[in-house]
Amino acid sequence: MSKRTVQFSIYRYDPDKDDAPYMQDISVELEPTDRKLLDALTKLKAKDDTLSYRRSCREGVCGSDAMNINGKNGLACLTDIDELKQPIVLRPLPGLPVIRDLIVDMTQFFKQYHSIKPYLINNDPPPERERLQSPEDREELNGLYECILCACCSTSCPSFWWNPDKFVGPAGLLAAYRFIADTRDQATNERLDNLEDPYRLFRCHTIMNCVDVCPKGLNPTKAIGKIKDMMVRRAV
Amino acid sequence: MINRIVVGAHYGLKDWIAQRATAVIMAVYSVVMALVLVVLQPSTYEAWRELFACGVVKFATFLFFVSLFYHAWIGVRDIWMDYVKPVGLRLTLHVLTIAALVGYTAWAAAILWRL
Repeated sequence: MSKRTVQFSIYRYDPDKDDAPYMQDISVELEPTDRKLLDALTKLKAKDDTLSYRRSCREGVCGSDAMNINGKNGLACLTDIDELKQPIVLRPLPGLPVIRDLIVDMTQFFKQYHSIKPYLINNDPPPERERLQSPEDREELNGLYECILCACCSTSCPSFWWNPDKFVGPAGLLAAYRFIADTRDQATNERLDNLEDPYRLFRCHTIMNCVDVCPKGLNPTKAIGKIKDMMVRRAV
Repeated sequence: MINRIVVGAHYGLKDWIAQRATAVIMAVYSVVMALVLVVLQPSTYEAWRELFACGVVKFATFLFFVSLFYHAWIGVRDIWMDYVKPVGLRLTLHVLTIAALVGYTAWAAAILWRL
């Protein structure tokens, strides 16, 4: 790959200076080794150090650099820059308050995540070494525990845009099912009770934007379906 | 009153099942009714009247309308819940929706059994 210039249109907003957000057209020259969107953002930041975004691990593990890339949520560090149509339009994750440029306030997102008690509840005295699971029981947790809480899914969900204070959202519900499905957890009924609500769980109308955008290839809709399935089996 | 967001109404599953069950009833009725109409091809008023004079058709049609109205109740309620934020106005709209749908149900029964 050769040197190339890439065009960007980036959402800019500094509440201390700007009356309103605006889109900034900017281009950057990339080296052959610059392959991911985050590489380009690093170059852009060197060019204009007022540009703000979150980043940390640069390899799709921390979930910091989630943003709206050409209209679709994703992680800058996992997105190939040459596969994007130019000008590359970057916006903050939709539906959350913007702190500055591409940085959003994730308070509401984490509030919902905490509301499902994302930890193992087991009142038995801890065994000497560890709580064991059969390989089959452990298998059920695959596709659930890998979530990195980047918020790509919840902020692409219209139900979450409409009711972020009441609907748990795909990320929170995936995490909820991760603990409902865990054979070592003893609070299954309480967890199901906690979700049996027209807003908390049943605002999901199976739109499946969450599945479409998840950078880790997870399927929150399937997990939500399994929660509903367990509720039906419990009630019928 | 302090403004705290409270959730946890402990309902929703029944409506979710009902929405699916009523959808199945409507789908089955539509397919069966379409087949019946294709086979019988009623072209006159008398032929239609005769078709709907049958008790089974009356029952199935009434069941279809009840399913439709229940299905509509859940859908319309969801719209009010999403778009109408003031609680008083939302409750009023809920009541009006129920009133209309109950009225429609009675109306459907009156039409079917008057024939």
